Formats: sequence, C-alpha cells, structure tokens
Amino acid sequence: MSVISFVSGKVRGRRPGSVGAEGAAPSQNKRAGAESEAIPGEGAKFRLRDVSLRYGNRPVLEGITMDIPERRITAVIGPSGCGKSSFLRCLNRMNDLVEGCRLEGLVLLDGEDIYAREYDVTALRRRVGMVFQRPNPFPKTVYENVAFGPRIFGIKDRETLDGIVELSLKRAALWEEVKDKLREPALALSGGQQQRLCIARVLAVEPEVILLDEPCSALDPIATQRIEDLLAELKENYTIVIVTHNMQQAARVSDYTAFFLIESQGEPGRLVEFGDTATIFTAPADPRTERYITGRFG
Amino acid sequence: MSSISREWLIKRILLVAAMVVVLGLAMVVYFMAKESLPAFREAGPANLFSATWSPRDGRYGMLVFLVGTLTTAAGGLLLGTPLALSLALFLTQVAPRRSRALFSRGVEILAGIPSIVLGWLGFTMLVPWIRKLSGSSGSGILAASIILAVMVIPTITAISKDALEAVPASYAQASLAVGATRWQTTWRVLLPAARPGILAAVILGLGRAVGETMAVAMVIGPASVFPTSLTTPTHTLTTKILMEMGESTGVQRSSLFAMGLVLLLLAMALVLLVRRVSGGPFKYGVVE
Ligand SMILES: Nc1ncnc2c1ncn2[C@@H]1O[C@H](COP(=O)(O)OP(=O)(O)O)[C@@H](O)[C@H]1O
Ligand SMILES: [Mg+2]
Repeated sequence: MSVISFVSGKVRGRRPGSVGAEGAAPSQNKRAGAESEAIPGEGAKFRLRDVSLRYGNRPVLEGITMDIPERRITAVIGPSGCGKSSFLRCLNRMNDLVEGCRLEGLVLLDGEDIYAREYDVTALRRRVGMVFQRPNPFPKTVYENVAFGPRIFGIKDRETLDGIVELSLKRAALWEEVKDKLREPALALSGGQQQRLCIARVLAVEPEVILLDEPCSALDPIATQRIEDLLAELKENYTIVIVTHNMQQAARVSDYTAFFLIESQGEPGRLVEFGDTATIFTAPADPRTERYITGRFG
Repeated sequence: MSSISREWLIKRILLVAAMVVVLGLAMVVYFMAKESLPAFREAGPANLFSATWSPRDGRYGMLVFLVGTLTTAAGGLLLGTPLALSLALFLTQVAPRRSRALFSRGVEILAGIPSIVLGWLGFTMLVPWIRKLSGSSGSGILAASIILAVMVIPTITAISKDALEAVPASYAQASLAVGATRWQTTWRVLLPAARPGILAAVILGLGRAVGETMAVAMVIGPASVFPTSLTTPTHTLTTKILMEMGESTGVQRSSLFAMGLVLLLLAMALVLLVRRVSGGPFKYGVVE
C-alpha cells in the first residue's frame, strides 16, 4: 500500500480557463477544433486535449492530444519511462492514487469530462477497466475473483452471480480450463490463466473500455498468443488500449498505434505520432518513429 | 585463526547457545510438573479443577481462577481488538504519511508503559470510577479487562499494521480499478488478505493478557470465589499465585505450581495456534 493513501485521492491543479471549467459536458465535444483530431470513419471513445501530467514537480506527459477510436485496439508504444503507464492511468484516473499527481488539460469519455469536480470516479473505473502488467488475482477462489466486481456493485443473488461468472470467464476464453476449478484458489492457476482471469474480473462489471498495461510481459509465448487472440475477439464489443513493449505485438493486434517519446532526460513524454498501425509501421511520418521502430525490429 | 576453524567455533557456540535455551525450557516444564505432582497425587485432579479454594478444608480448586484468567483476557481482547484494528487501519490507510511515524512511535511508547503504572492508574482512578457508576466494589473483571485492553492494544496494533502493510499493493489496485471504493477495498480485499497476520496478532495479544499479573492484581479483587457480576472481586491464575506464594507450604504450595503449569500449557497452546494460523511465527500468509 505504499503508493496509496486515503488522503491523496485528489487530482488538483486544473488550469483556470481550461475547457473543463465550463461545466456542461455535452457541449464540449462539439467545440471547434475537437473534431480535427478525429480519425476519419471512427467514433472517438476518449478525446484528450492538451493533456499534461506531473508527479510533484516532475513533468511526465505534456501536450497529449488524441482521439481514441471506439471498438478498436489502440496500441501505445515507446521506450520505457516515456510515460505509457502514466498515460493509461489518466484514462481511468488511477493516477489519483499517486501522491502529488496533477493533471491539466481535458480528458473526455463519450464527451464527458472525467476530471470534472463532481465526476464519479468509481463509476468511471467500472466503465474503464484495467489489466495490469503482472497478473494480480486476489488470494481468493477463481469464482470469487470474477464475482468481486458484481458483488461490489450490490449483486447478491446466487444465480445472477453464477451467470455473470460463467459469461465473463467464457468471454475471457478461460471457462473451459477452469469450469471445474471455480472453488480453487486463483493463485494456483498458471500465469497466463491468471492474466485471463484478471481480464474476466474486469469483464464481469461490463466495462466499455479495457486498458491493458503490458499484459503479456510476464507470460510465455503461448500464453501471450492466447491473450492476443482474446483481444481480437473482445474488440467487437470493447474499446481497447494496450501498452506494449513488444513492437511485433503492437503490429499484430492493434488497429491504431500511438508512439510516445522522451526527447531527453528530465523532459516529459510527448506523443510523437498517432495513426493507423499499418501506416505507423510501414510509412511513419516522423523520422523519430521510424528510428525507434526500425531500431526495435532491427 | 583460519576461516574454517573460526566458522567451526561459531557453529559450536551457536549450537551450545541453542542447547542451553532448549534445555532451559525443558527444565522449566520439568520443574513445574515435578513441583505440582504432590498436588495431583494428594488432592487429585477432581479437587484441583473444582471451584472451591479453601486450603484449610483441603480444597485446592483452581476453576474460579482459570475462569477469571479466561474472562479477563477475553474481555481485554473484546475491548482492545476493535480499537487496535481501527488504529492499524488508520495508521496504514488514513493517516497522512508524515504523521504515520508519529502515531507509530506513540503506539510503541504505549507498549513500553510498565504494567505497575497501568495497575496503579487502574487502582486509583478506574476502580473508584467504576465503583461510583456501578455502586459495587468497583474491582473485578470489568476493570481488569479495561486495563488488559490498554496492554494488548500496542501488541495487536503493531502486528496487524505489519500484516496490512505486507499485503501487496497490487491487490488494492485491482480492487480500486474495477470501481471499488477505498472502504470496500479495505473491507473486502485488505483485511481478508491480512487475516492470518491479524489472527496471529490477536493470539499474541491473548498471550500477553493471560500472563499479565501485576496490573490485574491491583484491580481484580481479591476474592477466591466466582464474581456475581463484572464489577465484583475475583481472581485470576496469575493474581492468585502472586497472593499466595509467600505463605504457602505443602499441598497448597504444590497446587500453586499446578496453576502455573496450567498457565504454561495455555501459553504453549497459544504459540502453537499462532504457528497454525499464520504458517510460522512471523509469516503473514500473504502470497505474492
Ligand atoms: N507513482 C509514481 N510516482 C512518481 N513518479 C512516477 C510514478 N510512476 C511513474 N513515475 C515516473 O514517471 C515516468 C513515466 O513512468 P511510466 O508511466 O511508468 O513510464 P512507462 O510505462 O512508459 O515505462 C518515469 O520517469 C517514472 O519514474
Ligand atoms: Mg510502464
């Protein structure tokens, strides 16, 4: 619990006069300029406008403006330390848990400012689920892991819960492997199964967006393959944002790719290029993207 | 001296030290058993575990004191555990980082208060206060429980705090990330994950409460009968031994040893219980 404390659950420092201060969320996505970042032919799930993030007085992200398309897989790539994880945590406000964290700019989910003062963070996190780098199932049974979210939201009826657990495990392509082990400890599963269990735990609260932070970095190639197949299925119904260290993975699974970079030590991370994955990997517009990608493939 | 022979020497010294400790422990048990043997032989277990203490009539029953020990300890835990757990949660979850150390020091200082000081405060302030409120003598199980609660709070707080801190942060993150509140996360994830450590804390607290003598002696009575209420005098095993030890001989003296033996077995049972619930003396059963 070291980075988390009850007192730090605030993100302060909205710039006065930033658009979020105007209130009235629906008008915001119509404001001039907002459409210009939109990817042609895609609806935007998230809109970020000039987002900057600081931990204390250390700038981590600066000037991020992008639209994350709905029901597509967006990959976030870049060298380590460039703020990929921090970027992801902006989208479900997990950064609120970091003491001294401040966000400026605008983050809209379906046109609503998620950093608005009265915005319900727990409801946000229910809509925007997160899967972490290391599988982190609770030290409970397989069943209780998946039922955790629904129980939090007040579902007590046994049959309803059974149904949710089964459906979520099926969606996470794990049901066949664990249907006879629902009462066994989740920590007894393999790493890949644990990660899919974590995905099932997120799916159980019916999110709209799934954020994954290097979900395969602790997994072997076969388990990785299974997760990638799963993501391809899930994008039919969910907006997916995946941070990955692995160029090939980004190229394989994603529709769009965002490349983040730190220019030099102490600088914040910036979005260098964002576009459809094929273009980024074959004909990047920015020489820095090309250098990074060829270097990594090289 | 070559490093091999130095190592050999160190090993020997450690071995001897370990043997002295084990031997000492074995001797304590042996001595207690041997000294209580006359009581078991001459008075018999039925007499020893009866509820009547009256050496003049050849009655050496310790049931009243055993019940006194168990009820005061249980009372101390009942009052102390919720407070200690709240304190541990406050220290790990709520308190601003900077004031955490301050509060933790406070708890440590509380642990260091000599029991005679607590007993004295109990005798001079708590007992008269209970006497005024209840209209009875004021000393008894309630006063002893309150004093014991103060004594077990530091133990339970410190160990529960360690157990809570040992819960991987990833559990809380997972919970918060599906939309659980802080409170739900604490209640449904942190406390269950820390449960083995918290149980160990409570059992160690129980050990402290069962063994405490001086502070309890000053607020418990004395009386060698079952109390009629929580605020009438009685005795515990420890306080009874304390009161009688100076002027006992023969079977009466031996029966005090039998009480000590019961206490010793109780303490050993508690240690074994801690091992069982926590998977080791100081391991909190949290799997990474
Ligand atoms: N909780 C935190 N508190 C302070 N600094 C942090 C925290 N998390 C990350 N950082 C810093 O922010 C920068 C970006 O980190 P991160 O978002 O984890 O990058 P990436 O995921 O791309 O490796 C790094 O310099 C890191 O040290
Ligand atoms: Mg990262």
